[in-house]
This record gives sequence, C-alpha cells and structure tokens, in this order.
Amino acid sequence: MNINKNIAISESGFLFNPSTGDSFSTNPIGKEIITLIKEEQTLQQIVNQIHLKYAVDQDTFEKDLADFLYILKINHILKEDE
Amino acid sequence: MNKRKITVAVTGLNNIDSPGPGIPVIRALKECSSFEVRIIGLSYESLEPGLYMHDLVDKSYAIPLPSAGSQALFNRIQYIHSVEKLDLIIPNFDAELHNFILLSPTLKQQLNIATFLPSREVFDSRHKSELPEFGEKYEIHVPKSTMIFSTKDIQKIEKEYEYPMVIKGKFYDASVAYNQEQAISYFHKISAKWGLPIIIQEYVSGTEVNVTAIGDGLGKCIGAVAMRKLYITDKGKAWAGITLDDPELVVLSQKVVQNSKWRGGCELEFIKNKEGKYYLLEMNPRFPAWVYLAVGSGQNHPEALVKMALGETIAPFEDYEKGKMFIRYSYDLIVNMDQFEKISTFGEL
Repeated sequence: MNINKNIAISESGFLFNPSTGDSFSTNPIGKEIITLIKEEQTLQQIVNQIHLKYAVDQDTFEKDLADFLYILKINHILKEDE
Repeated sequence: MNKRKITVAVTGLNNIDSPGPGIPVIRALKECSSFEVRIIGLSYESLEPGLYMHDLVDKSYAIPLPSAGSQALFNRIQYIHSVEKLDLIIPNFDAELHNFILLSPTLKQQLNIATFLPSREVFDSRHKSELPEFGEKYEIHVPKSTMIFSTKDIQKIEKEYEYPMVIKGKFYDASVAYNQEQAISYFHKISAKWGLPIIIQEYVSGTEVNVTAIGDGLGKCIGAVAMRKLYITDKGKAWAGITLDDPELVVLSQKVVQNSKWRGGCELEFIKNKEGKYYLLEMNPRFPAWVYLAVGSGQNHPEALVKMALGETIAPFEDYEKGKMFIRYSYDLIVNMDQFEKISTFGEL
C-alpha cells in the first residue's frame, strides 16, 4: 500500500487531492500514520511503532488503523499495491 | 509600458445569486497587462448590480431585450457608439448571442466594432437539443437526450429513458425528476420561464466538473482551466470552486474547442462517472461566471479574447495553478435613487 503520488500533505495534516479537488484534515496521529505509509513501513511495523510510542492497547489500535486505512482508500488517498 | 487604451462594451452585469459573467470579465480586463480598458456596461434591467459598480463600470446603457430583434439592437449600439467610440463588444448571455452573431459583420463593417464570436453554424451545433450529434461528430461521450414539446411526450419517452431523468430548459435551468409527476411539474415550471422545447436528458451519476476555455476559431484552443464546484447554491451555481489537476479533462476540452473550431469563450460542463469516463452535459457559448478563477490561476481568458478580437495572434496558455480556489460573496451596494432614476428613465448611467 502507498499514498497516491499526487496527494499534497501539509505540515498541519491537511490533505489535498488536486485531481478531484477534495481536501481532508487529519489529526497528528493520522498524519504520523500517513508519514509511516509514505516511508513504506508495513502494517505490522506501523502497529508496533504506534503501540510503543502511545498508551494504546494493540487490539484497539489495529481496529482503528483498519478503519483509518479504509477511509483513506475510499477517498482515493491510499492505493493498494498492484 | 504604455498600455493601449480601448473601450469595451460588456453585457451580463447581473451579478446576482445566478450571476452573469459580465463583472468577472470586467475585473479580468481591468487587471490585464496589455490594455487600459474603459468599460461600457450594457444592461437589460435597471437593477443589474453591475450598473452601480462605478469602480468597474465607467458608463452604462440599457439595451433592448433580445426579443426586440437585431435591428433594434443595432440602432441602440449605433447610438452608444456615437458617444463612446466602442472598440469591442463582449456579449455574455446565451439568449442575446444569436443577435450579436447576426450583427457581427455589420458592426465591423459599418461601425468598426470588433466582436469575437463563433459562426452561427458552430453556435447552433452545440445547442442542448443538438448535443448528441455534436458528441458523435467530435467523438465525445454525451448523455442521450430528446426534445419534447408537451407533457404527453413524457409518457412516450418513458420507454426509452429510466427515472431519474434530467428535465432541461433550452437556455437555462435543469432539474432531476425521479417520477412522472415530478417530470410534468418541472416541464411546466421550466417551459413557463424559458419556452419550448424542453430537453429530456439521460441522468448520469458522478462528479460534476467544469472547464472554462477559449478558442481562436481556427482550430486552436488558447486556454482551458478545469474546476470542481465546492459549494453549490440551490440554483446549481458554484459559490466556491477549485482548479483541478486533471490533464485528461483539459485534453478532452481542448479537443472539443479545436475540433469545433470554437471562436471565443465557452464553458464545458462534464460529469465524471465512477469508471472515470467523462460525459459532456453542456457547452455554454460564453465565459462562465467563474471565469475570474482562470485569471487568478494564471490564464486571463478575457484579455486573450480582446487581443484576438483586435487582430493579434496569441500563443496558447500552457499551464495554470492547480488547487486555486474562488469563494463568491454577496455585498450590498448603497445607491441613491437618482442613479436608479437615470438608468430607468434615460437608459444611461
């Protein structure tokens, strides 16, 4: 999985898709996850890193991450590897 | 650099909730780098806001409604020209273009007033009622459509069209009907305002995207800027929009302008369906009211039109800034009664 090339991501976590005109705001954790995806971290690596850094139990985070990735996907921000 | 001084007459001063393109066109001309422009506003009604925007419109004149015919329009322009010495007229209403296209050679020959309009044949070919043929000719996907003249025809076309279907007026207005009752109601509502025929169009679901473009009439597209509406009024008008980075849409628009040899400004309205296929819904024969977004993103289409109308050859714009937004607003002008009296009584302000 990767973030679509043409998506612009600002320091504040504002995402803009110039081909559709859609824009989104994400919180700091969301931005951190997107940065990890851009760094080509695997799903498991993302779970591990966030779990280590923040006080969150792994099951809850895995569920939240799946929801977040689904939202990114349906909004054409995230694309699956071909 | 010394700017060339010119006088340009502009219509479409109705800067209302369903705005005409006149004021955005004037702003584009006032800010252009090549000309110092004196603007003569041409109005059909005494309450068109542009009449009272004296920072943009230097002098205004009432002109006869399109239904009065081209001779009445010519007589009025002849008078205005005798006072103002017009170099160019930019008409901005669909309904008036027929008369201006008809008068275009006479205006040039007798009064030396330039226009930059498509030929009658090209203008007619993109009419809503002719759109399927237009699409076929220029290899553009167009939703299926049929002209109807009475509500009885709605029952007949139900065999060919499924609900929802789009009920459109010949010049303006469109509503989506989800059943026969709604279709009949919209038929009456729209035909009462814009006359017959009514156009029934296949409903294509997807995202609406629009392009403002300009052609040189010789098969070259001088500029094209793609936009998506971000905020839409209850009249379907853009109250905010953003320029798109969509090369496929721009190329498609260039193809329409090039192949049709469109001369002047136009707006192309497309629907992009889920599969990413573009359908041309309409080609409006003048600049859209959001044309100032093109100026703001690096393509001054009204300035390009003026240059071409005055005989200059210009190079096409190559790019524009993506992600540039416009946000429209309303503003209350405070006007003394004597101004309203002048335009209402003497037809001049």
